[in-house]
Amino acid sequence: MIWQLKVNDRKFGGIRDTGAVVETRDTLRSLFARYLNIYFELWKNSVTREMIFKTNFVLWIVVEMLWFGLQLSFIGVLYLHTDHIGTWTKWQVVLLIGGSHFIQQMFQAFFLVNCTNLSELVRTGKLDFLLLLPVNTRFLVSVRQVDLGSFVNAASAVAIMAYAAHQLHLVPTALQITGFLMLSIAGIAIHYSLMFLLATISFWTVRAQGIVWGYYNLFNIARMPDEAFRGWFRAVFTFAIPMLLVSNVPVRLLADKLGSLVPLLLLLAMSIVCFCVSEWGWRVSVRRYTSASS
Amino acid sequence: MKKYWHVINIGIQNNLTYRFNFLVRALFGLVPLIAVLYLWRTIYAGNGAGSMVGNYTFAEMVSYYLLTTVVDALTAVNEDDWQIATDIKDGNISQFLLKAIDYLWFRLCLFLSGRAAYMAVAAVPLGVFILCLQKYFVLPPGWIALGLFLVSVVLTALLQFFISYAMAMLAFWVLEVSTFIFILFAFEFIASGHLFPLDILPHGLERALYYTPFPYQLYFPVSIYMGKAAGVELIRGLLLQLFWVMAAYAVARCAWRRGIRKYSAVGG
Repeated sequence: MIWQLKVNDRKFGGIRDTGAVVETRDTLRSLFARYLNIYFELWKNSVTREMIFKTNFVLWIVVEMLWFGLQLSFIGVLYLHTDHIGTWTKWQVVLLIGGSHFIQQMFQAFFLVNCTNLSELVRTGKLDFLLLLPVNTRFLVSVRQVDLGSFVNAASAVAIMAYAAHQLHLVPTALQITGFLMLSIAGIAIHYSLMFLLATISFWTVRAQGIVWGYYNLFNIARMPDEAFRGWFRAVFTFAIPMLLVSNVPVRLLADKLGSLVPLLLLLAMSIVCFCVSEWGWRVSVRRYTSASS
Repeated sequence: MKKYWHVINIGIQNNLTYRFNFLVRALFGLVPLIAVLYLWRTIYAGNGAGSMVGNYTFAEMVSYYLLTTVVDALTAVNEDDWQIATDIKDGNISQFLLKAIDYLWFRLCLFLSGRAAYMAVAAVPLGVFILCLQKYFVLPPGWIALGLFLVSVVLTALLQFFISYAMAMLAFWVLEVSTFIFILFAFEFIASGHLFPLDILPHGLERALYYTPFPYQLYFPVSIYMGKAAGVELIRGLLLQLFWVMAAYAVARCAWRRGIRKYSAVGG
């Protein structure tokens, strides 16, 4: 895959690009086209890779579907014993779980494997190859692999959301749906930034993989109705690790549960903050990188 | 017998090198636990003061989740199934076919030492957490219940291990076992009482689950501690748990024997 990228790069005249600074006369547009082209090649690789293990590909989808069903049945059981959690009714929570699953799966499709692989790249010294390529390294590290099965799972989440909306007699406007998608992107950006930040810990300790997987636990919170939480827990998971914003805000917008614009702006602001912090963490970490075994 | 003590000894030392990992895992594991407790608190508050869910008061519900966390820390298979599958795939088991050491007992020793090491690290955050919530933490109905709880925990650990071992034997036949392990894990997660106590389910469903080994992987020991299983039901439960342990052991042994016949020692 690396070799293909190299070939590709020759074709484009090997533009030196460190961070955001672009030398030469390249306009922003051709830069964009270049990265799009690289990304296209990465996609082709991912498809090829997935198709080698077809059964495995299908089985992973089954696994994710099972876990999704499991979360839904948990909610089903809870609502056998109550009819509201805060102001959240049963089908609203189903909508929330669907929305949360959608955001998580989209994150997984684009970024998860790449984040968990970073510690491996550092440990084995394979990061050398990526650092040498004339492409923004963070870009390459973050999007190297695409997890295609996750798109199927995201689709199943959308199906569940549609069913829940039907139960709620909810007909979202085009504006609401667009808003939901935009806020989902902000949510995905938060998941990605935080996970990537954790992954950069691997520059300090080899055993970072456990920490990265630990973050996975936090997804559990993202799918719970925010009103269940109070006090320091709610504060921490809103302002420090904004798990309670990631999927609650987009789904609230969809379900007409958004009282004011404050949570919406907060989510957008937090996604920018998280991204900036992770970029800072990445830059500090890469400076520490001393290649292994070479 | 002595050689197995050696394995345990080395296993503990080996595992303790991962103490930081264990600590992080134990701490991160508390987050979803706290979240689910908050969720229940909101539900109980919404249902009115002193309300019950199934036959659980709020304190009992909190205790239930705390106990499942403790039992899980004591008995859950960590990476043993993955390691066994890798051993088979990479041909590392060849040496065990030649040595006077049984692979199943060897792995069991490693599993037990792994749990001991994990518990040594996780006990601190878990203990502090339970102390913080002690006003919600109910005590067992008596010494006998506590004793039988511990017996049941040991059986749970064995059941967990033998089931995982049997699952890992799939590596003799398929290249990638992790999906199968995750599929089984999903069923275990819901049917063993990880997500909620099984007796808040509709009665028919709860009864049906008792025909599977899953409740004996977590729910049953906790229900002994909480005095939910007593008398004849308790004795019958323990015997059934023992039955499942032996069944899982038999399947594990049988799968190994059949697998070995097919085994070609790749790279060994």
